[in-house]
Amino acid sequence: MRYLAATTAREAAEALAAEAGVTRVLAGGTDVLVQMKAGLVEPDLVVDIKKIPGIATITPEAGGFRIGAAVANAVLGEHEGVRALWPGVVEGANLIGSTQVQGRCTMAGNLCNASPAGDAAPGLVAANAVARIAGPEGERDCPVADIPAGPGKTTLKKGEVITSILLPARPARASDAYLRFIPRTEMDIAVASAAVSLELDADGTVKAARVVLGAVAPTVVVAEDAGRTLVGTKLDEATLAKMAKACEAVCKPIDDKRGTVAFRTKTAGTLAKRAALIAYARAGGAK
Amino acid sequence: MKSIPVSTTINGDACEFLCAPDETLLDALRNRLGLTGAKEGCGTGDCGACSVTLNGRLVCSCLVLGVEAEGAEITTIEGMADGDELHPLQRHFIDHAALQCGVCTPGILVAAKALLEKNPEPSDEEVRYWLAGNLCRCTGYDKIIRAVQAAAAEMRGA
Amino acid sequence: MSLDEYRKREFKQVGQRVRRPDGVDKVTGRAMYGADATAPGMLVGRILRSPHAHARIRGIDTSAAEALKGVKAVLTGADLPAQEDDFIRDVQDNCMARDKALYDGHAVAAVAAVDAATARAALKLIKVDYEVLPHVTDVDVAIKPGAPVVQKGRSLENVPAGMSENVTSHCEFGHGDPAAGFARADHVVERHFRTAATHQGYIEPHAALASVTSDGKAELWCCTQGQFFVRTLCAAIMGMEASQLRVTASEIGGGFGGKTTVFIEPVALALSRKAGRPVKIVMTRDEVFRATGPTVHTSTDVKIGMTKDGRITAAEAHLRYSGGAFPCGTVDMGAQAAFAAYDLEHVRTYGWNVLTNRPKEAAYRAPGAPQSIYAVESVVDELCQHFGLDPIDVRLKNAARKGTKSSYGPTFPDIGLIATLEAAKKHPHYSAPLQPGQGRGISCGFWFNFGGNSCVSLNINTDGTVGVTEGNPDIGGSRASISLMAAEELGIEYDRVRTIVADTSSLGYNDVTDGSRVTFAVGLATIKAAREAVRVMCGRAAKIWGIDAEAVEWKDGAAVPAGPNAGKFPPMSLAEIAAVSFETGGPIAGHHEVNVDGAGVSFGVHIVDVEVDKETGQTTVLRYTVFQDAGKAVHPSYVEGQMQGGAVQGIGWALNEEYIYGADGRLQNPGFLDYRVPVASDLPMIDTVILEIPNPGHPYGVRGVGETGIVPPLAAISNAVSRSAGIRLSELPMSPPRVLKALGG
Ligand SMILES: Cc1cc2nc3c(=O)[nH]c(=O)nc-3n(C[C@H](O)[C@H](O)[C@H](O)COP(=O)(O)OP(=O)(O)OC[C@H]3O[C@@H](n4cnc5c(N)ncnc54)[C@H](O)[C@@H]3O)c2cc1C
Ligand code: FES
Ligand code: FES
Repeated sequence: MRYLAATTAREAAEALAAEAGVTRVLAGGTDVLVQMKAGLVEPDLVVDIKKIPGIATITPEAGGFRIGAAVANAVLGEHEGVRALWPGVVEGANLIGSTQVQGRCTMAGNLCNASPAGDAAPGLVAANAVARIAGPEGERDCPVADIPAGPGKTTLKKGEVITSILLPARPARASDAYLRFIPRTEMDIAVASAAVSLELDADGTVKAARVVLGAVAPTVVVAEDAGRTLVGTKLDEATLAKMAKACEAVCKPIDDKRGTVAFRTKTAGTLAKRAALIAYARAGGAK
Repeated sequence: MKSIPVSTTINGDACEFLCAPDETLLDALRNRLGLTGAKEGCGTGDCGACSVTLNGRLVCSCLVLGVEAEGAEITTIEGMADGDELHPLQRHFIDHAALQCGVCTPGILVAAKALLEKNPEPSDEEVRYWLAGNLCRCTGYDKIIRAVQAAAAEMRGA
Repeated sequence: MSLDEYRKREFKQVGQRVRRPDGVDKVTGRAMYGADATAPGMLVGRILRSPHAHARIRGIDTSAAEALKGVKAVLTGADLPAQEDDFIRDVQDNCMARDKALYDGHAVAAVAAVDAATARAALKLIKVDYEVLPHVTDVDVAIKPGAPVVQKGRSLENVPAGMSENVTSHCEFGHGDPAAGFARADHVVERHFRTAATHQGYIEPHAALASVTSDGKAELWCCTQGQFFVRTLCAAIMGMEASQLRVTASEIGGGFGGKTTVFIEPVALALSRKAGRPVKIVMTRDEVFRATGPTVHTSTDVKIGMTKDGRITAAEAHLRYSGGAFPCGTVDMGAQAAFAAYDLEHVRTYGWNVLTNRPKEAAYRAPGAPQSIYAVESVVDELCQHFGLDPIDVRLKNAARKGTKSSYGPTFPDIGLIATLEAAKKHPHYSAPLQPGQGRGISCGFWFNFGGNSCVSLNINTDGTVGVTEGNPDIGGSRASISLMAAEELGIEYDRVRTIVADTSSLGYNDVTDGSRVTFAVGLATIKAAREAVRVMCGRAAKIWGIDAEAVEWKDGAAVPAGPNAGKFPPMSLAEIAAVSFETGGPIAGHHEVNVDGAGVSFGVHIVDVEVDKETGQTTVLRYTVFQDAGKAVHPSYVEGQMQGGAVQGIGWALNEEYIYGADGRLQNPGFLDYRVPVASDLPMIDTVILEIPNPGHPYGVRGVGETGIVPPLAAISNAVSRSAGIRLSELPMSPPRVLKALGG
């Protein structure tokens, strides 16, 4: 294995593109090193992106925030501005692993690791976040939702590296929330999860809603119907029950050591309900 | 695999070592530098026994490559006491019987110190969540929480 | 049994919360654990493990591995001797498979190489020709005729005909006529239970550093609960004499029973002998889960009859335990422990051990008892609910007490169950109000405790300090407890005594640190060794004073004339006698070697409050109190620590911990991410109440405390869940999917 600490995104992209063998981008390494230890991957080249100038910074942009790909989630969680604007995204990112893991792990790494149960992904997708990608042929922007392609797979092409993620601006009276179910209180991988992002009218009626579920399909699922159910309501019980059903309808989970199909499906709906209420309260809704 | 020279600072002292590119910082500390205070309980980030700080952040040294330590500042359990003067956390861990077998202790002490530097007056719940990545199988955590709180109180001058 | 050891006394040292002698080393990272040692020219050993649950090994081609540069030795089962003795052969075959791989993770070959990368590469070059065989991992499937047979020819004669060959042994305990008893009951409940296999989950993986020299001598450094037993096993496997193999126990990073046998130690020795260099093997966490000793997994039927005023009329249990791919006696202990808390006229337990394609069971805190007592305490609770009776009252009404003929045979001497139940009943926790949706459960627990072979050598230094040498690894503060007892007996201050743990060449045989035996049995040997030293010191004083040795007695740390007739001499302190010892006959020491009898059984009662989230099936533990009869608590902090640690392991077992096998017979969760031990944020404080009912078999009344604490949580939490959510689960763990399913979700 060779190790390269790239000093520009271009250098990283070119080195990755030029390597014929197995390559890995190294951000926080909290997936890469675990996979190496387990013998699941034996990279020929590891490209560390943390030394690229500016890649570990958070910058305000167009009313939103651009989060560098090497910003550790602990650092993200300490950023007042991002926390205020996208609390659901931050809480998803901050649920990953332990304090120790938080000191290293990144949202971009979570996205590119492409686990269906990744905790950062649902919030980012609900936020309509956009990834900036550097490749051997230059830069492009891509909605975060289009990056995961299935367990462990992304749509990134050889040599492509995410350099930052843009969390867009949002109107007043808008907020989001993320919840996951794990058997313990910490240190588990989500058995089911839900992110809900809401925009409210002045009177507290939901104007726009995005509901995104994790760990219930090969990639995160945007529960379009569930989102639509919430629009025009103030999240009364009947609406929430209907929304939960709509969530259950889009779940295509698997039975495994972490949970059953029935459990995941039911719990995704339950979490979506609870997350919707939190997002609603955060957005200034009356509940 | 060609070894790579790494210059770093450990517990305040400049330090140079050679390591293989795929070698973890934990292995480098333990096998190359003789700093065996950090333990490998899992090697996969799940137990926290290998906790150290890297540029002031608490991390699992099993999830950091040795080569990533280039130019960094690292602190380990070996650097916690000031000469023969124990850190208040170390003292309270002994006094409160917060260790049984003691294998989790170095990691928990390093983690608890990082907590108290950030939050000198944590609630029990904050201590518990901060230490959730440090498994202790012997104590049931009760005495660990009490020892951390007692040290925090002493450090606040309470 | 020697039940006349105990004498009531006022303690000066024992009972103090002193600082442990190994504390500073352990908080500064200096303490040396298994993986922390190195040796000159050391090689790295690694083990190749079967990916199959059950496979015949038709051949192993190691030639490519041997040819790899940097590889110094390759080992397979063929390199180890044939063994006559069943017990030794099973241990050896578990360390290195011979003809068949019997479970996922079973060792099939090993290498020693100059570094880890070379060793890893060498393992990949070893070609094992497997013939994959049908496997069975579930006890209820394995017991049926027609199930794949794990090992042929292992059934004992007492196994009833018509069962699968996987059934290796059968046991039966009890007295009276259960059928007659059930006929007198107002209500009989019979339920079926299952418990998953769990793992001790010690944080330190097994590690061994072996050095065999060409003159046939060997040194072995390893993390173990018993260096002497390691020597016995390794000497047998290596064909060595005990005197030639010195085993040193490192500091140990948890064991809980799981480090009472060997897994990698003989492999490291054999590799070292072959390579002619020291070899170190450290297990990965994955190897620890797949290839060390988890608990049995069990299937149980319990039937109990009760009158409407809460008297148990009869009780019966059928226990089917599987200790993995080798015969295992744990079911006997489960069967004996099941009804130990009850004073019963009619009781019977039956047990079967069943082979499955899982790793060989190792002890885990009170082995066998949590599973059977979980089933019994669940049924007792259901009967309490049926009749609307208070669960502590019912247990008090039926509690075993002094003079009870226990369900496993012996008649109990002084025991602490009633006092423990009464303490629980009057504790504020038991009467604290609960919020809607919360439930409170209780359960009793029991463990036999154990004494065993113990040697202590105690040296009086000329400066008046004392060195105690004992032979049991200190897992949780036992050096402090032993120093306390030595200080107490000698009448000196605790910090004048230093206790160390010796290697196998420095002391006679000591049984493994298990059975909650160390503070009890090694403590007893320490007290007797101190008495021996006192006898010598009195003799020296007598010599100085020119009086008879019998005319001198020991009081408050000094020799004094025994009464006015002996003469008038000022007391001579231990330090004064020690200072002149070279002139009065030479160095002074006491030692004691004994196979200790008279361990006192220990009972515990736990109270737990939980809340079940009915939408997700998640159970939160809100409040927890442990009551346990410890006998004399020598170091109360470490007694509490045992109670707390045991309770939390039980909480993990009740809620989340389990070995999950796939249809392919492979372990699905060999890591801490999915083998879910409790983390700090899962738990409340664990309150403790120590009861000190003296054990008549120990001079200070000490019982063991280490094991009982893991027993009650299983049923206590299940009983609390039942009262919180209105559902009674009969399978552990009560993981959220299971609870939600039971709730109809
Ligand atoms: C103990 C533990 C607990 C964990 N708990 C959770 C949890 O609760 N929830 C959860 O979702 N995850 C969890 N994880 C997994 C992991 O921490 C997360 O997925 C994390 O976000 C990964 O980020 P990273 O920066 O460490 O990624 P890395 O390990 O550096 O990389 C992950 C993958 O993404 C690729 N990659 C990284 N950055 C980029 C980039 N900028 N461009 C292109 N490709 C890139 C890498 O090549 C690799 O394939 C846990 C891991 C551990 C060790
Ligand atoms: S060894 Fe690093 S977290 Fe367990
Ligand atoms: S004291 Fe043994 S693991 Fe914590």
